Amino acid sequence: MSSVIEQERYTCAIGALQSVVAIPRAVPILHSGPGCGDMIAGFFERSTGYAGGSTSPCTNFSEREVVFGGIDRLREIISNTYKVLDTDLQVVLTGCTSGIVGDDVDALAEEFRAEGKPLVTVETPGFKCNNFEAHSQIVNAIIDQYVAQYAEENESRSEPNTVNVFASLPYQDPFWKGNLGEYKRLLEGLGFTAHILFGPLSGGTGEWRRIPRANFNILVSPWYGKHVADHLKDKYGQPYTWFPYIPIGANATEEFLRQVVDFAREAGATIDYERAEAFIERESAAYYEEIDNLATFLLEFRYGLPNHVHILHDAGYVVGLSKFLLHEVGIVPKEQFVTDNTPEKFKERIAAELQSVSGKREIPVTFEPDAGLCQDAILRLEHSGRGLIIGSGWDKELAVEKGYDFLSAALPSPYRLVLTTNYAGFSGGLRVIEDIYHQVLTTYR
Amino acid sequence: MSKVNLSLPAVQIRETRINSITGFQGGAEELVGLSRCGVKDNPRSFTQCVGCATSKAACMTILVQDGAVISHGPVGCSSCYHDFAFTYRVNSPLRGVEHPTQRKIYSTNLTEKDMVFGGNAKLANAIREVYKRTGARAVFVLTTCAAGIIGDDVENVCDEAEAELGVPVVAILCEGFRSTVWTTGFDAAYHGIARKLIQKPRTHRDDLINVINFWGSDVFTDWFAPFGAAPNYLTPYSTVESLTRSGEAAVTVQACSTLGSYLGAVLEQEFGVPELPTAPPYGIAQTDRWFRALGKALGKEDIAEQVIAEKKAEYLPQIEALKAKYRDRAAGRPLTAYVTGGAAHGHALLSVLGELGIQAVGAAIFHHDPLFDNGVSDNDQLAQRVRDYGDVPNFNVCNKQEFELVNVLRRLRPDLLLARHGGMTLWGAKLGIPSLLIGDEHYSMGYEGLVNYGERILETLENDEFVKNLEKHAVNPYTTWWLEQPPNTFLRQRGNHEQCH
Repeated sequence: MSSVIEQERYTCAIGALQSVVAIPRAVPILHSGPGCGDMIAGFFERSTGYAGGSTSPCTNFSEREVVFGGIDRLREIISNTYKVLDTDLQVVLTGCTSGIVGDDVDALAEEFRAEGKPLVTVETPGFKCNNFEAHSQIVNAIIDQYVAQYAEENESRSEPNTVNVFASLPYQDPFWKGNLGEYKRLLEGLGFTAHILFGPLSGGTGEWRRIPRANFNILVSPWYGKHVADHLKDKYGQPYTWFPYIPIGANATEEFLRQVVDFAREAGATIDYERAEAFIERESAAYYEEIDNLATFLLEFRYGLPNHVHILHDAGYVVGLSKFLLHEVGIVPKEQFVTDNTPEKFKERIAAELQSVSGKREIPVTFEPDAGLCQDAILRLEHSGRGLIIGSGWDKELAVEKGYDFLSAALPSPYRLVLTTNYAGFSGGLRVIEDIYHQVLTTYR
Repeated sequence: MSKVNLSLPAVQIRETRINSITGFQGGAEELVGLSRCGVKDNPRSFTQCVGCATSKAACMTILVQDGAVISHGPVGCSSCYHDFAFTYRVNSPLRGVEHPTQRKIYSTNLTEKDMVFGGNAKLANAIREVYKRTGARAVFVLTTCAAGIIGDDVENVCDEAEAELGVPVVAILCEGFRSTVWTTGFDAAYHGIARKLIQKPRTHRDDLINVINFWGSDVFTDWFAPFGAAPNYLTPYSTVESLTRSGEAAVTVQACSTLGSYLGAVLEQEFGVPELPTAPPYGIAQTDRWFRALGKALGKEDIAEQVIAEKKAEYLPQIEALKAKYRDRAAGRPLTAYVTGGAAHGHALLSVLGELGIQAVGAAIFHHDPLFDNGVSDNDQLAQRVRDYGDVPNFNVCNKQEFELVNVLRRLRPDLLLARHGGMTLWGAKLGIPSLLIGDEHYSMGYEGLVNYGERILETLENDEFVKNLEKHAVNPYTTWWLEQPPNTFLRQRGNHEQCH
């Protein structure tokens, strides 16, 4: 393990406050040092949402709170938050300072709960884990401390055709909004009601309260978020189907949707299965119409197109993009780099998934959050032909140095604006193609 | 009484060193008066996220061309620094850096285990690793809340690494919780740099002038040329070598007096470089004073008069023409503006408004230094603004407390919002108020700055379709109750009257 992390591509536990920001009308309340919110806002950029960024209340720990504890200060900030901000869900997140001095935030929350305010608290000191992991802790805390309060009116598994989707991490996945929206559209096309829980297309706190009603859960992730699906299985008896990478393009999206349909059948869902299959076929046909037109360009463009790619991203994108680019675009994935600090126990499975991309070639994968080392490795590599790097803003300079094409698709992303673009699904695959060749064609002047 | 003490590893925080405050509501003139008799801070019982010292120390070190920076803390404590890497690349042409190199930014990634066993060994390894990877001419180590509370001996680890590696390893003690004034982070960076890099000069050169600033455009090369001198920018786009020679300069000037307050005093008291005893040149009157003070410091008063005369001949007619355009636009009533920004530069923008004949109806300035480290009242830019252009009502010292800004803006409804820092223009725009943020702190400086900035203000006032549309669809998370309360509701004390007795 490297003694440093160079060029961070994720942030610390409290960075998962963005998962609260992503819930419509929810507010994160930080019990932390004064700079935490600023650091997080600076990492994600353009990520204020309803009450994030400069709007989020914060106790702004000073020397006094470090010495005497910060509970009184927090009580005051929470009380006044209810007065100043018009919000539906309040989630207190603690930082390193609170974690080290040992403030009993949960005991304080009980005071508010006694008044009928379902305040959620979660410990997210930055030294504990990164935001990929903390996301699950926050979601589980909201389930246990908020959703559970409404269990009586939301009987578990009472709606056979409703599913909860746990996929892209809000803000950490730059395409989260678009991806979640696309999963929702696809699942509704199959006949389901889909809770996506985050973003403007979700149903806000009302949808969260209805989580227990879902027949089963869908996890689209290499590893992050799995704790949530496991927790819901224990808590509400909801089984889940796990698709272990981001389905980009037709092959993966069809596989994903059919996996969900098969699982639904076993779980007793009553959707119209024929219509579901027809929906998949129609979406697929529309996709191949585009690929058909595009193939001529890919095969005949005479002035040079990339033939190989290195990706620096989280495991879900590394696997999803590798599969897609090889089979549906014809760009060969070479050495790949997973920068999300994947827990040890998932690495083997992810490497095997990547290996399954093709029986003809080996795709070496390095799990390394210290992206300076990843870049050094790429600088030492040589492959013939024109190369492509898909990574974060940090990799723009690497691409220049290598003379490669570059697509910014990971955080931090100072060189690219993403709003509601999706990379997941049929249309996501087409968008990846547009983005890559837009970059490539821009190099011709 | 100077509080500069380079024998201590940590800089004294602003609150104790120069009595800086982050809470006040009243008038600018009132605050200037109170500042001379010991103004007290007025804390809030509701606060939003602010910002901390460590990122301020970071921007002053990451942009040193040949340095490397290690954040000693959990990974989150350096997660906004990619933005400084971006700034470095994007602004490099403004500073004549033709081949900007990748910024070298690292985190020691402290984890739960380190909280128990300490992070000293991890830091020592990190410094070795970073030096091996980068061959940096200096390694800057920034501390964080976690490293500070567990008591890592960062100073000692850095000294040992320096002895081992033979390059300066600069400990910068800038934990966020230490100070409620985030500008303490600038002081911390300068303190470390002064202790480890700046060398005692054998002589002073009359052709080198220290300029303490951010990453604004290089206006000073042209300005200093008639005086036969060149700028030595501190510290963005400096090199380790140019930093070491800062003690040789003839004089130190500032783009923003709160930024360089501490470093200016250090250079004067420890290295014999006098700080120009007047506020930075914003507005005509202050620009006159500034050039005269510069001429005096360099023994070239005649050149200063010549520069003033030439520049005024060129720019005063343009300024007058602009003011006429403003008068036309205002059509008989005064144009009004509200300013939000850091101390000193926010005050400077208030002077620019005064000069252009736009009425400042209020301001939210992130903190207030009653007097800067040099103790010279002529450096007080707010006092100068009040003296030259009159009082500013609704003067709020407020460390980016958005809830107060929204409340005040809704009441005052100025014609224009001027901001210096990100995140603040949004609320002007949401309320349909044309809002302007200019990142380049040199843009409004000097006589020509009034023309530059004045034209941008006109453009902003003219092109208001975007904010008018945004206003119609703006999302507002604040309660009606709050928007109807007086803006000082959450200040502990409602008045400032008791302060000086």
